[in-house]
Amino acid sequence: MKVLSIALNTFRENLRDKLLYNLLVFALLMIGSSLLLMRLTLGEFHRLLLDVGLGSINIFGVLIAIFVGIGLVNKEIEKKTIYTIVSKPVARYQFLVGKYLGLTITLFVNTLIMAGGLLLVLVAQEVPIDGMLFKALGLIFIEFMVITAVALLCSTFTSATLSAIFTLAAYVIGHLTADLKTFGAKMGEGGQMLLNGLYYVLPNLERFNLKGHVIHHLEVSGSDLLLIVAYGLIYVTFLLVSASIIFQRRDFR
Amino acid sequence: MPSSDVVVQIDQLSKVFRVGFWGKRVTAVDQLSLSVRQGEVFGFLGPNGAGKTTTIKMLMGLIYPTSGRASILGHPIGDPASKAKLGFLPESPYFYDYLTSHEFLNFYGHLFGLWGASLDTRVDELLELVGMTHARDLQLRKFSKGMLQRVGIAQALINDPELVVLDEPMSGLDPVGRKEVRDLIFRLKESGKTVMFSSHILHDAELLCDRVAMIMKGKLVACGQVSDLIERGATHEVEMVVDRLSPEGLAQLRLLASKVVLQGERVMVVLASQQSVDEALDVIRAAKAKLVSLTPHKASLEDLFIREVRGGQPAAEVHV
Repeated sequence: MKVLSIALNTFRENLRDKLLYNLLVFALLMIGSSLLLMRLTLGEFHRLLLDVGLGSINIFGVLIAIFVGIGLVNKEIEKKTIYTIVSKPVARYQFLVGKYLGLTITLFVNTLIMAGGLLLVLVAQEVPIDGMLFKALGLIFIEFMVITAVALLCSTFTSATLSAIFTLAAYVIGHLTADLKTFGAKMGEGGQMLLNGLYYVLPNLERFNLKGHVIHHLEVSGSDLLLIVAYGLIYVTFLLVSASIIFQRRDFR
Repeated sequence: MPSSDVVVQIDQLSKVFRVGFWGKRVTAVDQLSLSVRQGEVFGFLGPNGAGKTTTIKMLMGLIYPTSGRASILGHPIGDPASKAKLGFLPESPYFYDYLTSHEFLNFYGHLFGLWGASLDTRVDELLELVGMTHARDLQLRKFSKGMLQRVGIAQALINDPELVVLDEPMSGLDPVGRKEVRDLIFRLKESGKTVMFSSHILHDAELLCDRVAMIMKGKLVACGQVSDLIERGATHEVEMVVDRLSPEGLAQLRLLASKVVLQGERVMVVLASQQSVDEALDVIRAAKAKLVSLTPHKASLEDLFIREVRGGQPAAEVHV
């Protein structure tokens, strides 16, 4: 109950924050602007709509996850609000998980709104909508959950600015991990071990990207989908447990 | 062994921080021992940077002691059982900007497992207690510092705690705000709660506290009842202003005085103790001079404080 209470409080706080609306408006504008781009393109405008739409949802969701996520803990420490919470009968991990869930709910609502915007555009342009689109949106949301957990983990041990940089780096590298492996194969043994290590430790975010499947009407098997979702959730759990361990030992100076 | 009426027991508590790139060791609190008793208002005094907040944060489970022990209401610090009976207001906190004071207090109630109608009643009671009923539905970002402090105190009382710990509750408040906080502390004491607060505003402490502890550079320098501390080693200076004093009279007074200031016809004489007042009066009468005023200086906690800060040496401790 305490976790839920913290989560709902975080959600409410997020809802009333202007940053969120700014990002959301930009996301919807981006999705809408694909209609303009469409006029500049010859043929294949269905692909373009889906590509720009899903891409915008992904980018803006990640921006929200990072910029709200890094503030979740840091802001509480800077403003000393955390002092009043940790001095109450609330375990530190409950605080972290509550904050995480709160932002996850926020991101879920945002994803719904952005997806709604995309669907409107698609329907208006009579683009055929198939189930794969919803699977892709679901996995984009799982990716947000991973990014939020990375941001939360970073913010338990470093400043807001560094957390933002680390999380952004994790997002970019997370989409390039396959290249890490390929690159590693061309290096010496030491380099290969290092890059392979990174490949396994960093989140493989490309796994959550079904944009190609949606555009080219490719299928993903149910078991594959389940595996990807499980991978995301296990990764999130791993990050939250690490964050809790660091947070438990921290002195709030 | 702590007796049953001890609410806070601190034994040899120390905190060493590592600061900077090279991890230089800085001792914030050094072997601090003291106890707070049930039902008293306990002042925790010291200059800025003395280690007051660090000690309080250790008690609240926000930072971990390097060594030593402390307990609150018989439970070790950080124990959920002690936190359940504890209320805490940090120094100049900024709460959730976008919550209304009603939502804010409800949220803190949930953290104690309070829900529903009983919580609603409690929140309304507290808003009334701190005089904030009018701002029930106003978002906290629109609050003045004094209003935030009052809502902060309400937050600390949501669970009807046995011990209320306030870190610098008067800092940054105007005289009216300070008086309001003082009145609130009095009311808490009347309702049987133990209040521990830190402050560097000594006037407030003198008015409010049953007992005080004074720390400096992390060490306890004095602890006891306010009146005892003020008496101890305090100077009982007497200031006399005399007109038309003859040179002989002046010479005699110089022997008795710790300080003599000449202002034309007028002489100001400071006597180090009240014992020499009679002798000085005899001299004045014999010299047929006119006594304009005689003012005994009342010692205050501030004198003790300044003496300790200037002396820098830990004074003999009085434990009452």
